[in-house]
This record gives sequence, structure tokens and C-alpha cells, in this order.
Amino acid sequence: MNQTLLIKGGRIIDPSQKIDETGSLLVAEGKIAWLGKGEATPPKTDYEVLDAQGLVVCPGLIDLHCHLRQPGYEEKETIASGTKAAARGGFTTICCMPNTNPPLDNQTAIEYIKAKAAAEAVVRVLAIGCISKGRKGQELAEMGEMAAAGAVAFSDDGEPVLSSHIMRQALDYSRAFDLPVIDHCEDTALTEGGQMNEGVVSARLGLRGIPNAAEDIIVARDLALAQLTGGRLHIAHATTEGAVELIRRAKEKGVRVTAEVTPHHLTLTEERVIGYNTNAKVNPPLRTERDIEALIQGLNDNTIDIIATDHAPHTEGDKLCEFALAPFGISGLETALGSLMGLVHKKQLSLATLIAKLTHEPAKILGAKQGKLGTLAVGAPADVTIFDPNLEWVVDTKDFASKGKNTPLVGEKLKGRVIATIYQGKVVYKDKTIKLKQR
Amino acid sequence: MPKKIIMTGDDIKRTLARIAHEIIERNKVIENLILVGIHTRGVPLANRLAANIEDFSGVKIPVGTLDISLYRDDLPSLELQPTVKSTDIPVSVDGKSIVLVDDVLYTGRSIRAAMDALTDLGRPHLIQLAVLIDRGHREIPIRADYVGKNMPSSRHEDIQVKLQESDGTDEVAITSMPAAKEG
Amino acid sequence: MTTQPIKTVAPKPAPVWRHHHILDVDDFSREEIELVFNTTQAMKEVLSRPIKRVPALRGKTLITLFYEPSTRTRLSFELAAKNLGADAASLSAPASSVTKGESLIDTVSTLQALGADIIVMRHPHSGAPYIAAQYVKASIINAGDGWHAHPTQALLDLYTIQEHKESLKGLKAVIIGDILHSRVARSNIWGLTTMGAEVTLCGPPTLLPTELGEQNHHLPPTNIEHDIERALDGADVVMTLRLQLERQQSGLLPSIREYVQLYQLTEARLSLARPDALVLHPGPVNEDIEIASAVAHGPQSVINEQVSNGVAVRMALLYILAGSQKQ
Repeated sequence: MNQTLLIKGGRIIDPSQKIDETGSLLVAEGKIAWLGKGEATPPKTDYEVLDAQGLVVCPGLIDLHCHLRQPGYEEKETIASGTKAAARGGFTTICCMPNTNPPLDNQTAIEYIKAKAAAEAVVRVLAIGCISKGRKGQELAEMGEMAAAGAVAFSDDGEPVLSSHIMRQALDYSRAFDLPVIDHCEDTALTEGGQMNEGVVSARLGLRGIPNAAEDIIVARDLALAQLTGGRLHIAHATTEGAVELIRRAKEKGVRVTAEVTPHHLTLTEERVIGYNTNAKVNPPLRTERDIEALIQGLNDNTIDIIATDHAPHTEGDKLCEFALAPFGISGLETALGSLMGLVHKKQLSLATLIAKLTHEPAKILGAKQGKLGTLAVGAPADVTIFDPNLEWVVDTKDFASKGKNTPLVGEKLKGRVIATIYQGKVVYKDKTIKLKQR
Repeated sequence: MPKKIIMTGDDIKRTLARIAHEIIERNKVIENLILVGIHTRGVPLANRLAANIEDFSGVKIPVGTLDISLYRDDLPSLELQPTVKSTDIPVSVDGKSIVLVDDVLYTGRSIRAAMDALTDLGRPHLIQLAVLIDRGHREIPIRADYVGKNMPSSRHEDIQVKLQESDGTDEVAITSMPAAKEG
Repeated sequence: MTTQPIKTVAPKPAPVWRHHHILDVDDFSREEIELVFNTTQAMKEVLSRPIKRVPALRGKTLITLFYEPSTRTRLSFELAAKNLGADAASLSAPASSVTKGESLIDTVSTLQALGADIIVMRHPHSGAPYIAAQYVKASIINAGDGWHAHPTQALLDLYTIQEHKESLKGLKAVIIGDILHSRVARSNIWGLTTMGAEVTLCGPPTLLPTELGEQNHHLPPTNIEHDIERALDGADVVMTLRLQLERQQSGLLPSIREYVQLYQLTEARLSLARPDALVLHPGPVNEDIEIASAVAHGPQSVINEQVSNGVAVRMALLYILAGSQKQ
């Protein structure tokens, strides 16, 4: 079934091999078969040709943080719809959070995700298991069994691990499997009833605020516990200037910490909420320009390792209500690359850095046991994303493959668009404009 | 679409003098009279008539003003935001003879609204109507007791009354309006 | 010789009023507020008549939709509607019904289908009227949303002040109390500053967001003063806010007793303001908590005038809104 395909004449960017130059890529039998620079042509002769002139060809994007909602909330998203959305967004590997119903807090649940994905997913799905049983924050979940079943990390995402004791045990226990513990850092005593960033806009709109300190406090605690235990800590969706500074200092001290930031926290501010736009309601909340500057600085100096979408789909009905009643979350897989390319066009981030944060860096966090991901090295799975860095398009949620149309970017013009996504040698998404030519 | 002057300042002055005489003649007990001007141009006309009546009879007649915005039946179709002006009638209207004063009598709807407004303020003995111009095209059965000038007109024409107090000059003019305005 | 066509229709002046809904006063111009004042004047004349009723809004239907109890505001709107000849009906939804599954949008759509031209809405969540306004053709009047806004209250406060002071320009207005949770304070800050008054906010720091005193492009400039005596110095207008007694339980105040000691508007404190200073309160008053009863009932209090002006201001707003609705 796997086709032999020559991706010809594109700008190949692969941070894992420090490659950034024009060339061609041959995909055969689901693997990267050959990589040639300049005008070089491959040894084989029987292939289809995808003309990638003017396009960027990079390793398939990896998302370490998304919500596929299955099982339990299939009206919001399923593994089938979520992976189609991933393919449209250029992602070939996505890691789904365990805040489903029931939550993914045991081996059987992880196996369910694997089986569902094998049957229905169009890209690779890796499961993240719960830190605590039932995500209740009281007892550790069976991390070892989940690890054996294929869980790639542990998280109670959506909720912080409030008990410092449980968090300590999680970081300690998980060392046996060398898997990261991902914490959603929020001191809920400071955020109860909170609706948006605490600041000028919340004061104006009369909405209860979520202060930066609520995040900083738990980040600081988790860093101290990571230092104490030597466990692998991964900070989910960092959003504050304070968190970036804390992580930077911890890394200097050698704490085993990695951190992620989302496209929306890098590109949108609290002002998006004005008008009580429930599609801009997200947790952690959209912050300020000052925080964005710190986050971008953090990406550039490697304080923040990766970009992850925190794709959180909800139905239209979920969001069509009073601001305070709407659930948190932004549907992000299909707009991620387009909005992030805005940072490249504004010269705040280099294209190579952006691609590294979406490919090689998350692959490093996942580790070698998931195979050779996030690279175009010969012999690696042929996960390839091809995008036009300069193509402008307008976000129309009618085109979304995700069931979640909840994005504050509706009607927005983005510059940079995925043209084709190849997963294990198979074209799983391609723009209408692309035609394959038989050689 | 030429503009034609149909009354000059002198014409207006003579006409108001005549109407004042007619009001005195028709109302034997002029002490019982109140002149009520309808906003906007009925108000200066009522003041001028009251001055004339005082000149001719020596009796000072109270003058009130009436704003009919709250009584119109065409509120929602107003394109411009209506500004409600004050209604101010210095004495009780109960048992009084009221002369409503307006500049132009056209469909009659303003007068109907004015009568509704007046009767909400009390129970007058009688209500009469004085207008400077009657241009026809009545849509309800209303007629004026005192008419300055009958001016048969087409619906495509616009009659503009200008008065010193509100417009800086005294004249009545007729102009054709673009047909598109109709309807 | 060619005849030049004479332009007979003068260009219409741009209408002062631009609102189909009344959601807050933050987007009201000075001219719009003055139109409300002038129209209110005419409505007060109507209210002084033996028959306090005109047919201006005959055939219009106003429905009040209250998710929070407020007999006063609701009554004020219903009287205003009836005085203008409109039909008024009401739907009470208990606060407990503001949950998922009972959609606000369904409810307002139903009210519109029932023939509402104007929906007056009170809601415990900030911004709820903004959501409703996106889904109905009827005009929405915000009668209070969460902590956010209470535009008709602010307009009646402004009207009451300018009745006494001729103009609001240059006045020193002090708002005292729980600013953080107060929709009345928020709307008054906008209205007062638009009309040229200088606003000082006073209250304990836990009830007074510091952002309000910062220079920024989201909020009008105000002064922040935590000391009531300094705040009152030279004030022309003193507005006290109702203190919700549960603020103590949520840890924002050590005790009501201490609040009374630090922030109650007493006669002695009021004497620091100008001798002709006005005292306002949006009601209902917690007597001898945020305001001493001697002050609430004293000669400088205009609290009762606020209530009666409330009907006139709401009549004015209903009239202006109905007049600007397109058929």
C-alpha cells in the first residue's frame, strides 16, 4: 500500500541533522529511503513526484499535549476526528491527555487508546497516563503497568497535583521508567471561580481573575520537588514571565525539567476576551504582551523546550453560553503552524528554531523507545510535513476536521499553511492544490 | 425644481393680525382662552398671536407649548432620533378654550396627536385649531378653525415655513421634492 | 441657459444615538448621555401630570428577564414601560437555573418569539447580556450583569447629580466601598469620566483592584485612595456602595465591624466633603453599615430622588431605543 514518493526541490529543514537547504527526499516502504541535496536525483526510478518547490519539508510535527476526548466525550472529539485534525495541522505524532471519562489511569485504558488508534487514527497516537487514580490527586496510579502498556508520560492535566506529597511520590516513582511527569501548574486556592487573566481587562469586564502567581507558585514547588527527587518534570503550558524565570534558574542548577508553551499563549493576549468571547477562554488564561515576550525569550534560549498545542476541543453548544459557564479550551491543532509562523514572519523566532520545537525537541522528551521520531534521517519512519511558509489563508472552522470549532482565530488571516502531511510514507493530508505526478 | 415664495414676512404679519381678530370675534369670553403652540414653529406663532390679541383687546392670554413626540403614531419609522421637547402649559386646561397653533396643516396626524396630548392634561371646554398654511391631503377628519392661507399642493412639493425666532427670517416657500422621496 | 437643480433635501445630521442595545455606558458619548438627560426632563414632566401615561410606545412589548431577585429595578422598568403605553411582562428565572442545559440563548430567543421588542436582563454573570445580544433582534437592556455593568443605574445617578449641580464637568466624585464586585461602580466610573467629572475610588485594598488606578487604555483614569477621610476631602458627590455581607466569609474583610469603623460614611466624615456635597446610594441600603442612617436620611442625601428619577430615566431610554429600532 505504501507509495514510493519523491518530494522534490523543497527547502529541507531538519534540526535533528542540522539540515537547512534545498533538496529532495525519497520515501519508500514507510521509511525515509534517501535524502539528496540540491539537484541530486535518487537511485530508484519508479516513484511519484511531489513538487515541493517553494515549500518547506520538515519532519512530521509532534504534539506532546492534546485532548482527544475519547472515551467519554466523543461529542467533542474522537481519536478518528482528532487525528484527522492533527494531519491537517501537519502533526504526525500526538500525545493525548488522560482526562477522559473514565480517565486513562490504568493499563486497560492505555490499551484501549492503542487499539482505537490502531483501528481509526490517521497519525500516531501516544497515550499519557494519569499521575493519580481517577485524577483525584490522592493515590498514585499504576504507572509501571501503564508504562509497560505504552504510556509515554504521566499527567493529571486539567487539574494540578495539589498535594506536594503526591507530586513528590510521582516524580520519585516515575524515575523507574524514566518517563516525565507533566504538571498543570495552578494553585487552585488562588484561581477558584477565575475566568481569565487577572489584570486590567478582567477589572474592566468584571470577571474574576487568575493571577500569574497561581502558576508561579506551583512551578516553583514542582521544581523544588524535581530537584529533591531527581525525577523528570515537564511543565505543561507555561504562560507567565515568572514561570519562565523559575524554569531558567532550575535548568541552570541542573534540575531535570522540560517545559512547553502553546501557540495561543505565544500569540494572543487577554484582550481577546473583550466582548466576552468564550472561544478565548482557556486555562491557563491568555496573558499579556509582557508574558509573551518572556515566553519567546524562553523559547530562544531553550528555557522552554517545546511547543505543544493543548488542543482542547469543545462543542459549539459548550461555548455558546455565559462566559463564566463556558468550559476552558481552544481547538488548536489546525491553526498551530499558521499562527506560529506569524512569529517567524515577525522575526521573533527563526524557522529552524520553530521546527526544532515542534519536531526534534519533543522527540527528545519522548525518548528513543518510541523509535526515531522527529527526524528525516534515512531509515526513520517517513513522517514528513510539507508547508508553504508564505501562503496566506483565512481561518474558517467549517474546514476543520476537528469537532471542536472553538478558536478565537475565526476569520483571522494566517500566513503559513500545511500543504501535505505524510505519516509512515502515506499521504494522510494534502491540500487541494497539490497534485502528484507519475514519473 | 424651483423654489417659490408664497408668503413674505409682511404677508405673515398681516395674516397673523387677521387670525388674531378672528379669534377675538369667535371667542366672546377671551379671558378663558389659552393659546397652545405645537413644537417647533407653532410656538412662535402662538406667541405672536397672543401679542396681537393683547394689542387689539388689552387682554393678556396665557401661552403654552406642546410637544407631541410622545403621541405620534409613526415613532418607529423616524430615521432621526426624536428629541422630546418640553410641554409647558402654565395654567390648568380644565374648562378652558384652547386654540392649538401650528404652522402647516397637512395629513392631520400631528393635530390628532396634539389633541390626545391635550386631553391627557385635563378636560378643556373646547379646542380650536389655527394654522398658517393648510396644504390639503388630510388623512383623518380634521379641519382648521383659522387658516392663514390655503395652499393646494402636490405630495411632491415641500412647504417650508421659516420664522424669525427659529430660522432667522419670515417667509413661506414651496419647492418640489424629488419623486423618489415619495412613499 | 441650463437650470441647476436645487437640492431641496438638506443632508440629515448624523444621529446622536447609535445603540440598538444598552449594555454599558462605556461606549456612550457625551452627546448620547445629554440626549438621555434632555429626554428624561420631558419624561419628568409626564410623571408630574395627573395622568402619568403617554402612548409613545403603544404596541411595543417589554419583557424583564431577571436571573437575580431585584424587585426595585424590575418595578422601575415595568412602570417606565407602562407609563409609555408599552406592554410589560416578566420572566423570573431563579439564580439556580443558570446552569448548563438551560440555555440563556434559548430563553431570549423564546422571549423574542413571544413578541418582545425590548428585553431587560439582570444576570449574575458578567457579560451575559452581550451573549444574548448576539442572538436576538430585540433590544437588550442590561439591568445589571455580574460585577460588570449597570448602565441604567449609572445614567440615573448621573442625571440626579446634574439636576443638582447643573453640570458634571469638573466635579469631584468619590465612590466608596466594594468596588471590585460592583457593577454600579464600574458603570459610574465610565459615565462620570465621560461627563468630565474626576473620580476617586475608596475602599479596602482587597475590594479595590489596583488596575483601576493604573494608566491604561482599557479603563478611564481614576484616583485610588484607601483612606476615607482623605478621599472625601473637597468632594462634590459621594456615592456609597452596598456591602455584601458575605465578603467577610470569603476572606476579603476581617470583619464587618472593622469595615464599619474604617469605611462607613458618617456625618463627621461627610463634613469633610463640600457643604453642598450630594450623597448617593444605589440601594438597597444596609443602614449603619456602609452608611450611617443619619446620613442616608439626612439633608444631603438624594437617595429617594435616585429612585424616582430611575423611572424617568428608564422611560427616556425606552423611548429613545424604540425610536431607533428599525422596522
